[in-house]
Amino acid sequence: MEKGTWTVKTGLAQMLKGGVIMDVVTADQAKIAEEAGACAVMALERVPADIRAAGGVARMADPTVIKAIMEAVTIPVMAKCRIGHFVEAQVLQAMGVDFIDESEVLTPADESHHVWKHDFRVPFVCGCRDLGEALRRISEGAAMIRTKGEAGTGNIVEAVRHMRAVQDAMRRLTNMLDDELAAESKTLGASLDLVQQVHRTGKLPVVNFAAGGVASPADAALMMQLGAEGVFVGSGIFKSSNPTARARAIVKATTHYQNPDILAEVSQGLGEAMPGLDIKAIPSEELLARRGW
Amino acid sequence: MKIGVLAVQGDFIEHIEALRRLKAEAIPVRLPADLQGLDGLIIPGGESTTIRRLGQEYGVLPAIRDLRQKGAAMLGTCAGMIILARKATQLENGSLGIIDVEVRRNAFGRQLESFEVDLPIAVLGGTPFHAVFIRAPRIDKVGPGVEVLATLPGGEPVAARQGKVMVASFHPELTPDLRLHEYFLRLAATSQ
Repeated sequence: MEKGTWTVKTGLAQMLKGGVIMDVVTADQAKIAEEAGACAVMALERVPADIRAAGGVARMADPTVIKAIMEAVTIPVMAKCRIGHFVEAQVLQAMGVDFIDESEVLTPADESHHVWKHDFRVPFVCGCRDLGEALRRISEGAAMIRTKGEAGTGNIVEAVRHMRAVQDAMRRLTNMLDDELAAESKTLGASLDLVQQVHRTGKLPVVNFAAGGVASPADAALMMQLGAEGVFVGSGIFKSSNPTARARAIVKATTHYQNPDILAEVSQGLGEAMPGLDIKAIPSEELLARRGW
Repeated sequence: MKIGVLAVQGDFIEHIEALRRLKAEAIPVRLPADLQGLDGLIIPGGESTTIRRLGQEYGVLPAIRDLRQKGAAMLGTCAGMIILARKATQLENGSLGIIDVEVRRNAFGRQLESFEVDLPIAVLGGTPFHAVFIRAPRIDKVGPGVEVLATLPGGEPVAARQGKVMVASFHPELTPDLRLHEYFLRLAATSQ
């Protein structure tokens, strides 16, 4: 019996497909998320909108918060570590979380190195803005990829930009000749092996979710139609006026993303969405998506 | 042969691809109307609480029970086994009672306990089947008339069949070996 293999790591990501992973900060929120149909929860001390507002250094959540959430629900529990902070990752693995998000939402701990994720038995998910970044993370051992989007803004524009960038680059790769692939791997800053694999299959070797700015059922369905295999919702649920109704609606929209009648039905009567932020109004040094490389 | 795959959440695409490699017609099922005229149905791996919630929203789960009564074959893998079982821990009133087994969710523990292993499965021939278990459920009890198809080295049952209904704790859809899907298609072709 082999544990912690690439197959079981990427396999858990496969099981999350078509689902919604929700940020939660308490056991009660975790139960609301599970009851609404979340396929996993992300255990945090603060949702990204509050991290953004608080400023300062954002670190891994207090283990007591994560423990309480792990005990409250039966679905997988994820938790975030800082980019490059492999000791936070060791702590999260020791606690038995199901997935680690090496996340730009927290303040990076290392400005040159991401965590070498192959050293861990627990699977990792990492953010990306384009195909090169996605493939670099996969080379380091990420078993799942998500767009970065711009967390805590309630604004989908950056997630759309990142998903389109990834899909567009993959479509171009599928039509390239062998010598062009070698040149393109240098441009992308990604291993030739992975570039050739995407050329053959037309898709990433791991599951790819959307994240960063999903605030409505229509946002979730938009990302699914653009090629996401599932969505993360951060601040969008528990910063809205009716989290239970919105959570259920986003879950339904992610399943029935190709059915406009159902999307119309679930979009009704949800109350106020979270307040949104215009990306252009955020000083560029405060953009979370720029963290990581 | 027309086989539906419940496509509300989970790794349904992998099941659809396996069926198509075997030249069966495979159809994603999201709403009760999608169940029309099916010879069989697969409920995939995924999160059982999510599949239960989405299956209740538009009445797909009750419609699956009706489809079974009309004689369609059924296969449930991991979360799918939980949904088809008579009873499942931590999923009150969530399972359909289509196969007489009691299952325990997350029976092996959290993700760090997920594993892969070669399993002898007699009905699939002499070569062991490479089985991937992800936060897998286990079969605690089997009723009369249920045949255990596979057990772990410790003796715990992880695959079972009752008539035209088959369940597995593991994920045949995550490996290229098509023998279990092939066996299911033969089951779907039998009368009863």
